[in-house]
Amino acid sequence: MHTGDHIPCSEFLNLSCNAMGSIQFDQVTLEFSGMSRPAVNQVSCEVASGELVVILGPSGCGKTTLLKMVNRLYEPTSGRIYIDGQDIKRLKPTKLRQKIGYVIQQSGLFPHMTVADNVAVVPKLLKWPNPRIQARVDELLQLVKLPPTEYRDRYPAQLSGGQQQRVGIARALAGDPAYMLMDEPFGAIDAITRTALQTEILRLQQQLQKTILFVSHDVDEALRLGDRILVMNAGQIVQFDTPFNLLTQPADPFVHELLGADDMVRQLGLLTVNSAMMALPDNYQNGSKPTVNAVDNLRDALSLILKTGAPELSVVDQDKPVGLLTLEHIRSYAAEANR
Amino acid sequence: MGYLLNNPSEVGWLLWQHLQMTSITLLIAIAVAVPIALLITRYRWLSVPVMGTLGVIYTIPSLALIIFLVPVFGLNATSVIVAMVLYTQVILVRNLTVGLSSIDPAVLEASRGMGMSPWQRWWWVQVPLVLPVFVAGARIAAVVATAIATIGAKFNAGGLGQLLFDGIQTNRIDKIWAGSITVAVLAFAINALLLWLERRSHPTRKAQTK
Repeated sequence: MHTGDHIPCSEFLNLSCNAMGSIQFDQVTLEFSGMSRPAVNQVSCEVASGELVVILGPSGCGKTTLLKMVNRLYEPTSGRIYIDGQDIKRLKPTKLRQKIGYVIQQSGLFPHMTVADNVAVVPKLLKWPNPRIQARVDELLQLVKLPPTEYRDRYPAQLSGGQQQRVGIARALAGDPAYMLMDEPFGAIDAITRTALQTEILRLQQQLQKTILFVSHDVDEALRLGDRILVMNAGQIVQFDTPFNLLTQPADPFVHELLGADDMVRQLGLLTVNSAMMALPDNYQNGSKPTVNAVDNLRDALSLILKTGAPELSVVDQDKPVGLLTLEHIRSYAAEANR
Repeated sequence: MGYLLNNPSEVGWLLWQHLQMTSITLLIAIAVAVPIALLITRYRWLSVPVMGTLGVIYTIPSLALIIFLVPVFGLNATSVIVAMVLYTQVILVRNLTVGLSSIDPAVLEASRGMGMSPWQRWWWVQVPLVLPVFVAGARIAAVVATAIATIGAKFNAGGLGQLLFDGIQTNRIDKIWAGSITVAVLAFAINALLLWLERRSHPTRKAQTK
């Protein structure tokens, strides 16, 4: 997707020139007739290329409405939306949608098509030659860990909810879009499968670097997945920041309440061990301390301390000891983060 | 039974007329029902008046309805066919609307969100999903039409009803038997054929037989 082409800046706005792969909202408002307030009210923000932004908020806050304006399932009453620095109003809706992967809550798989045919829909719309489509289908099924030989010819009804959503993700990725819109994709899935699918998303995102808008009402999911979180209430942006900043510097009582910013354990889940640990003393001897990875989060480290009763943990980076971590380190680092 | 065996060409000709009336009816009826059903699915408020009207038409006795149409279309097969088209509408339109509205909204939203044009959504998604319900409706309509077409003989339209009415007038039990048996066999055959089509059109048929 990242070609060397020159991308003209928007003439209307002071947008960054690096617009390829980005999504910009400019004063976007959508009013439904018969509603007392706009569903989405004067939203302006920018999502950078390769960023995963979670739109978080209570039911009716306008998060899904905002998402569906990006692929023009809804048209804003006023304001503009740009992708690749281009006003989406100038694109044909079908062409625009073929460039944007779309995943919805109930998977929306076509029940009369096999898994392979479901995944092949967008490549067919894009008129890819058949051998390329088949190769792409197998590649994607592999990517979402559904072995093609076993799953290619199954029908959606023969899959579990989690597997259906994996196919939904593969289908959305099929045309190799630079953008993904995900509308509460794991909302109807049991907690264990949901965690597994979240891990998959993080893995895929590391590999594929799509620009993703992900709607959720689950705070833990948002904190886990989002590079940044767009908190919405009553159609407006309340705060748009990194998970850590939202927890430590909530903009107002609403964000504070929504995220449970008082929950220290939740905060620890966003801090890594290597930021709180102490460097190894010169005369260090490992002994038989429990070990924790430098990139693990402090919540897991705390859990390990409490479980094993060990006074300190040995921090390792690729199996080499690099530091020590005690309960006191965690406590003082958390206090510092909240100052 | 004897009449049937002794006059195969006459019965064959009447059977052919009967079949012709029924199939022409079915083709026209489908061509009319599809747009009506699409309109109802699109504009929900139309459902009550349209379905109500079609339901009322269905309750008019067929003999009366055809008589009513004779001044307009003449004493011939056309009047009979128009009447049968009117009768079958309620069945076809109801099945189509039920089938269309039972498609999971998430599936339709996905097809839109993926960038299908309305035409592609219709042929790739809506038609295959609505087909089994639609064929079920067409099957009932075809059987109803086969039955009503018997009355066509009274209106100069020919068909197997000819044998029945002749038999009654001339007191020939064998003719009545021949007519009844042939109509019954025809109805069974049409029903079986469309039932087979219905099963074949089921979207996950392949999955079930695996």
